[in-house]
Amino acid sequence: MGWFVRRLAQSLVMLWVVVSLVFLSIHFVPGDPAELLLAQDGGSPDPLMVQMLREQLGLDRPLPEQYSHNVMGILRGDLGASMVDGSSVGQEVMRRLPRTLELIAAAGILSLLIGIPAGVLSALRPRGRFSRGAAVVAGTAQSVPVFVLGTLLVVLFAQVLGWLPAGGFVPFSRDPGKHLQLLVLPAATIAIGLSAIVFRITRASMLDVLPLDFIRTARAKGVPARRVIIRHALRNALMPVITVFALQLGGLLAGTVLVETVFNWPGLSGMLVAGVNARDYPVVTGVLVVVSAFYIGLNLLVDIIYGITDPRVRK
Amino acid sequence: MKQAFQSPSGILLALILAIAFIGPLLPLADPLAMDVAARFGGPSAAHPLGQDEYGRDLLSRLVHALRSAILISGGAAMISAVIGVSVGVVAGYVRGFSEALSMRVMDVILCFPPLLLAMLAATLYGAGPSTLVPVLALVFVPSFTRVAHASVMTVRGQDYVDATRLMGASATRIIFRTILPNIVGPLFVQFSFVVVMSVILESGLSFLGLGVLPPQPSLGMMIGTARSTFAQEPWLLLAPCLSLIVLVLVLNAFCDHLRQLFDPRRESGA
Repeated sequence: MGWFVRRLAQSLVMLWVVVSLVFLSIHFVPGDPAELLLAQDGGSPDPLMVQMLREQLGLDRPLPEQYSHNVMGILRGDLGASMVDGSSVGQEVMRRLPRTLELIAAAGILSLLIGIPAGVLSALRPRGRFSRGAAVVAGTAQSVPVFVLGTLLVVLFAQVLGWLPAGGFVPFSRDPGKHLQLLVLPAATIAIGLSAIVFRITRASMLDVLPLDFIRTARAKGVPARRVIIRHALRNALMPVITVFALQLGGLLAGTVLVETVFNWPGLSGMLVAGVNARDYPVVTGVLVVVSAFYIGLNLLVDIIYGITDPRVRK
Repeated sequence: MKQAFQSPSGILLALILAIAFIGPLLPLADPLAMDVAARFGGPSAAHPLGQDEYGRDLLSRLVHALRSAILISGGAAMISAVIGVSVGVVAGYVRGFSEALSMRVMDVILCFPPLLLAMLAATLYGAGPSTLVPVLALVFVPSFTRVAHASVMTVRGQDYVDATRLMGASATRIIFRTILPNIVGPLFVQFSFVVVMSVILESGLSFLGLGVLPPQPSLGMMIGTARSTFAQEPWLLLAPCLSLIVLVLVLNAFCDHLRQLFDPRRESGA
């Protein structure tokens, strides 16, 4: 029990440090932050505008007050307001986050459906033709940057073959068919790279498990081959796969930025990219805090699952 | 080092480096010179790969983009390695408070997804190479620190380190002459790995318009802008895509090769 509490406390400290650093990041910048954010192409900004922005961002108040105001705001779920149109960053994040999560979930499921069977098959005949071929495909898949892969898939399936739409978004409630059609390409783009990782880990882990005594015992007592592989070997080989997969998912929350841009998927990334281009500081930090919190939470979850299944971790 | 390049991937990498660094010295067209009358001009004697949407020479732009990708990623990896290895070695050798502090700082950097950290920096400091290189360097410092730290931990307990200390060598001498040469292998592998990651990250940021700024050519940006003109001139999109894929593939293969060279126990492809 003590281990869980310590681990939880560690995550909370981490989260606090991240929030503080993101808050402080604007103060690390040399010179006046408000002036810097408004500066465009070397021209010096209107002093009145700078003063207004300073008040708007609360930069005219003492640092400790700004800090407590910000942190308390985040605890209440208030991430501040956009500098551009004054809209609530928190609400916008909540509106867009489900779409990003949907994309990640679809890609995650797809990658498991491809990666695990491929890894198992490959481990059964590690020197076979399938195994060697799959290793080459996986190596290539991991080498292609996601935005290049996405672009090439659009070219192939939307522009040359014309099978699928090139990008965009329709809410599921309005047209489920169209919604799923638009989901296919971006989800596949993310899933291809991810399934290569799942494949490698599954294969390596199965290769570790298959020569063990309990597999031989199972075979010797006459358990059907399929059952030995799935119920005995795969079940025991799945732990590292789950760990790596979960950690990858956390990283994906950021990686989807590129894919969402390629496919005009209106998730967090559109907001983030627009925020960066307009140098809309509250928007960028808001998204950053949410994503980092997610990432830390996911890490915590993985560790806890690990701690439950493997008591040796809890030392 | 010699062995490292005596492999198919090493030869290919040398070839790419040669194209990137000797290419710009050859009498190619100016990568920035526009010729709007000849926009989307197909391949010709003066422009072997054709011209882009402003009539700029595609081949020349590819070569220059390749060079800037390698310079930015290599430079960032170099800065990152120097900082990360110093911190990791000192932390692993001195131990105690400095170790705890530096490793926690690295944990904090790792909390931020690299792409998002780069985007935050672009918001604060404005996009461009002068933001890009320090950010890429910062993002990869923890990986070097961790590898250096772990390697020092295994090496520091060895008898030959104790022997050197008993002979009266100073801490600096032990670190630079005894420990560093013995942990160079894994660091070298990590370096090649970081270069690959930087190439991917840099191209992604440039694709979003937050990395290399126009009109300077960059593979990521060329892919980003050519997407809308694919129907008119597919090669404009496919050429940078292919260049980037080949670059990353070769770098990855070279990484695998280095890893086997320094750690013969590990099998490839597993």
